[in-house]
Amino acid sequence: MSELTLTVMRLGFLAVLWLFVIVAVQVIRSDLFGTRVTQRGSRREAPRQQAAARQTPPPQQQQRQQGSGSRGRRGAPTKLVVSEGTLTGTTVALQGQTITLGRAHDSTIVLDDDYASSRHARIYPDRDGQWIVEDLGSTNGTYLDRTRLTTPTPVPLGAPIRIGKTVIELRK
Amino acid sequence: MSSTTNTSTQHTSTIGAIGAPSRRNTELGLLLFAVAIPVFAYANVGLAINGEVPSGLLAYGLGLGLLAGVGHLVVRKFAAYADPLLLPLATLLNGLGLVVIWRLDQSERLQQLAERAYGTFSPSAPNQLMFSAAGLALFVAVLVFMKDHRILQRYTYISMAVALVLLLLPLVPGVGADVFGAKIWINVAGFSIQPGEFAKIIIAIFFAGYLMVKRDALALASRRFMGLYLPRGRDLGPIITIWAVSLLILIFENDLGSSLLFFGMFVIMLYVATERTSWIVIGLLMSAGGAVGVASFASHVQARVDAWLDPFGCYKTSGACEQIGQSIMSFGSGGVMGTGLGQGNSDLIGFAANSDFIFSTFGEELGLAGVMAVLLMYGLIIERGIRTALAARDPFGKLFAVGLSGAFALQIFVVAGGVMGLIPLTGMTMPFLAAGGSSVIANWALIAILIRISDTARRPAPTPASNPDAEMTQVVRP
Repeated sequence: MSELTLTVMRLGFLAVLWLFVIVAVQVIRSDLFGTRVTQRGSRREAPRQQAAARQTPPPQQQQRQQGSGSRGRRGAPTKLVVSEGTLTGTTVALQGQTITLGRAHDSTIVLDDDYASSRHARIYPDRDGQWIVEDLGSTNGTYLDRTRLTTPTPVPLGAPIRIGKTVIELRK
Repeated sequence: MSSTTNTSTQHTSTIGAIGAPSRRNTELGLLLFAVAIPVFAYANVGLAINGEVPSGLLAYGLGLGLLAGVGHLVVRKFAAYADPLLLPLATLLNGLGLVVIWRLDQSERLQQLAERAYGTFSPSAPNQLMFSAAGLALFVAVLVFMKDHRILQRYTYISMAVALVLLLLPLVPGVGADVFGAKIWINVAGFSIQPGEFAKIIIAIFFAGYLMVKRDALALASRRFMGLYLPRGRDLGPIITIWAVSLLILIFENDLGSSLLFFGMFVIMLYVATERTSWIVIGLLMSAGGAVGVASFASHVQARVDAWLDPFGCYKTSGACEQIGQSIMSFGSGGVMGTGLGQGNSDLIGFAANSDFIFSTFGEELGLAGVMAVLLMYGLIIERGIRTALAARDPFGKLFAVGLSGAFALQIFVVAGGVMGLIPLTGMTMPFLAAGGSSVIANWALIAILIRISDTARRPAPTPASNPDAEMTQVVRP
């Protein structure tokens, strides 16, 4: 093989190797500059609401929960979603189990919130399948919408449960 | 991508990526690139050594492409929002490693050396290809079966026990094998496995799970002592014990590289968990003390330190430590642009040229430019790991991702520093590049775990799923 070919291949290979690194760094760039703030629940979900024909939103809730609800009872929540706070985006599937909330590490949702107690609240289904939220004697209280809980209270679909800076909702 | 801010009480705003959030097509493009580069390298080596394009070029390209394709499809299906860079970077490094191992298989010097030592010469590249396939199989298995990395949190103490057992296995008579003074291999069904590589990942689960629970106690319930914050014994005791036991096992097995790795990973995770700078200080002091202590007691470490301090001195006396000298010379003869693939003399290193010392071949044949590119690729993998940790929502995932990327970074530092003469050589393998089955397989598992965590972290905030019954975990499609 001629010397020239090998030299060209050698330099070409280094160029290709660096090109790959540069392309990879370009991909990362989107993490730094290519971000935008999306308002969840408004624009992005508009088309899907039309598709969800059988949707029956309970009164008082924002048009945030939809989903086709093709199976199961109407209006029965299927998951619990953390919508504000450090854990935003965390979901837990509701399968009839009690969900405990608090800073204790054996909680279903371990809250990393300065205003939460170690065993703060629990959410459980009653016999009719209605989900109930109960404050477990927390220091700073649990709020459903704007009212502080004093007794176990049924949770409507999509009503915000506030614990410190964390907001939790039940969704279909 | 998943960090969130609260701008109003009515809506949650999410900071997301412009364009497709999943970035799977970006990954596919990069993967094509990452398969093409090793094929180019393979052709280059063949042309340089034999003057013709190697006959296995098509098969090699197809094989690597197949592995990458399977990996991509699995990520697309099971971790759609995962980081787009991890898989292509790992594929490229693995492919380059295969090419360079094949190139060293062609070396007549190494063939004669192997024939003198073992009577026969068997090429390493086919084995390495098989191990890469096995590694990818484990990658697929992790992504398919581990739907949520938080499951691992339940096995905090079990993983502690498993890690200790794995570390102890090489000492068990009948199972363990003593190879060149280091008792770090076990023989299972004709294969020699290095359990320490897997223990590295598994002990990270324990550290992450334990530190997550004890984080506040470690950070806050502490006494101030000589300007440093020391936590209470009952919080720190258990983890320090496990860590000391694993270090003692490794030192007893003469596996100093791994003990440095475990130590460093522990300090990094402790620092990240508690946010106390004193851990860095304590860690550096302890590692300095440990290094001096080990170097003055263990004789084979003493030899390594001597070779590090005076790499060319042993040529005058015995010639028994010529590896490190040859390695430094191969970096030197590579210069800035390298000699070109297949045209270097890094095979003079002899023993372990394609495993511990594979980086010297890169240094000679690709030069400083190539070595920097390879190190940057490793750096990018580590950066993506740390980015994943930043984006992860759960503290366990954060600590786990930091621990894994920290271990990966330390391993590269220890190996690259060792072969370049920056620190004493410790005998570890360069992840993905070096010949060695356990290393490749374990590192593919590591990448799979990082991809799983990054998928959870980057996944856009959930919208209701169409089928509630199918939703065991948070598999939610937008």
